[in-house]
Amino acid sequence: MLLRRSGNLESAIHSSDITPQDAFERYRRQRRFVIGGAATLTAGAFAASYLPELFFPSTTVHAQELPSTPGKYNTTENQTPFAKATHYNNFYEFGTEKSDPAKNAHTLKTRPWTVQITGMVKKPQTIDIEKILKYRPIESRIYRHRCVEAWSMVIPWEGYSLSEFINLCEPLPSAKFVQFISLVDKKQMPDLPGGYDWPYSEGLRLDEAMNPLALLTFGCYGQVLPNQNGAPIRVVMPWKYGFKNAKSIVRLHFTDKQPKTTWNEINSQEYGFYSNVNPQVDHPRWTQSRERRIDSSAFPKTIPTQMFNGYADQVASLYNGMNLKRYY
Amino acid sequence: MSKRVILILKAIAHLVCIAPLLQLLHFYTSGALVLDPDPVAYITHFTGDWALWMLLASLAITPLRRLSPRIAWLIRFRRLIGLYAFFYASLHLATYVFLFSGYDLPTVLAGIHSGHPGIVLDEWKMVWPHIWDDVLKRRFIQVGFTAWLILLALAVTSPAFIMRAMGGKNWQRLHRLVYAAGIAAVIHYWWLVKTGVRTPWKVTAVLVILLLARAAYSLAKRFSRPRQPLVVAKN
Repeated sequence: MLLRRSGNLESAIHSSDITPQDAFERYRRQRRFVIGGAATLTAGAFAASYLPELFFPSTTVHAQELPSTPGKYNTTENQTPFAKATHYNNFYEFGTEKSDPAKNAHTLKTRPWTVQITGMVKKPQTIDIEKILKYRPIESRIYRHRCVEAWSMVIPWEGYSLSEFINLCEPLPSAKFVQFISLVDKKQMPDLPGGYDWPYSEGLRLDEAMNPLALLTFGCYGQVLPNQNGAPIRVVMPWKYGFKNAKSIVRLHFTDKQPKTTWNEINSQEYGFYSNVNPQVDHPRWTQSRERRIDSSAFPKTIPTQMFNGYADQVASLYNGMNLKRYY
Repeated sequence: MSKRVILILKAIAHLVCIAPLLQLLHFYTSGALVLDPDPVAYITHFTGDWALWMLLASLAITPLRRLSPRIAWLIRFRRLIGLYAFFYASLHLATYVFLFSGYDLPTVLAGIHSGHPGIVLDEWKMVWPHIWDDVLKRRFIQVGFTAWLILLALAVTSPAFIMRAMGGKNWQRLHRLVYAAGIAAVIHYWWLVKTGVRTPWKVTAVLVILLLARAAYSLAKRFSRPRQPLVVAKN
């Protein structure tokens, strides 16, 4: 133990050791400043630890089961987790960020819901969603989903072939195209962004729409479609870029002319009418030859993109003799 | 302001500037990043945003300190913040190269762990043609890369001894390129968002205000300069 032996304390302290009053005050001010700064930082760090909750508000999902039988078009690749497929959506009517629809789409009312059938059909009509749901047995199909933004998912959908429904609509022989028109309602979509020609519109050549892969979709992951995924009725064409898959459809319009489609109208160089997945035709701003597969890992693998998203056997014949570089 | 206070303030500034990176690391280690639907896109946007915000913060110092001589000491933080802008821009670039371009980081890390360090280069040899192709083809990458190159040049010439070696005039000429970097970074942002998306408007507004403040200051200086006294010859 170290003990200091000092008889007289007074004599041990030199005047140079005594802190002058003003220096002491300055020191106190600085200390206050440092403590204040440290406190602010601590508070900041504390707040930062709550950021994940801000990014992923724990919303209650009222899952409603949708029974189905297994379909035949299934990929065995690892499925994208449900939470990711339902929190990363391009549904601009509910905001332009991919995290927006999960936060905002709860304002969408999916009942009552009807779908209008218009244009070149035997008899224009309005069909109730309950009737559409019961029209054919629901089957599940696990499809690859390729976004034009060069990411992809593997999603189990529930529905039945669009061709079945189109037969119900009874298009005239003169009809060559079908247009899908999505809901637009400022009341249900308070974040509806300006600068777009709403409602959202997409379309297919009728023979494309009749291909058995085209799915009229009511559910995913064994349950009724969450609002942000296009409830209560949407289409899924797995060989095309995701934006072709119109969501929350309120009208099918049959026509003999190629219909106007939303993204093609906005920027025809970047988004063609056909928009088949094609690794040889780049998007002007990025390559389409690779895709980031959204899975359960923090650093997902980038994998090569396949022609027609791997569905060439089923759909390539639709485009025989077509220059797919021109009709991208 | 005393040297010690400046030192303490600088320490705090470092902490504040490094905090976003710590937050990102925390986001990763806590498992929250895995839950993000597209973690690579998240990291890309996170580092890109902070690079841009740091760059704007460093550009804000000069107009701010001109407001009052009492905050002239702010100038001592300009280089620090500017270097952090370069730091986050480099992280942004690294994200593009190692996570976005197809470079298989998980496999490379596993390879290193199992005693095959050569995989680092093998993987690079595989992806660099893609990256080069991207750089040649995409203007938003070109303009972003230009901004990074400028920041690199400014970072390399930022130490005081290099400034002295270059001479103040030359150094200042070079460092005026920071405006070009700011403009290039904002253009990079506009060119990568989809048609109709206006998210870059806030940073654009800030940049425009900061550039206008400089223009206004130099104009004001020109007009308020005391006139040369007129000497009239008296005969």
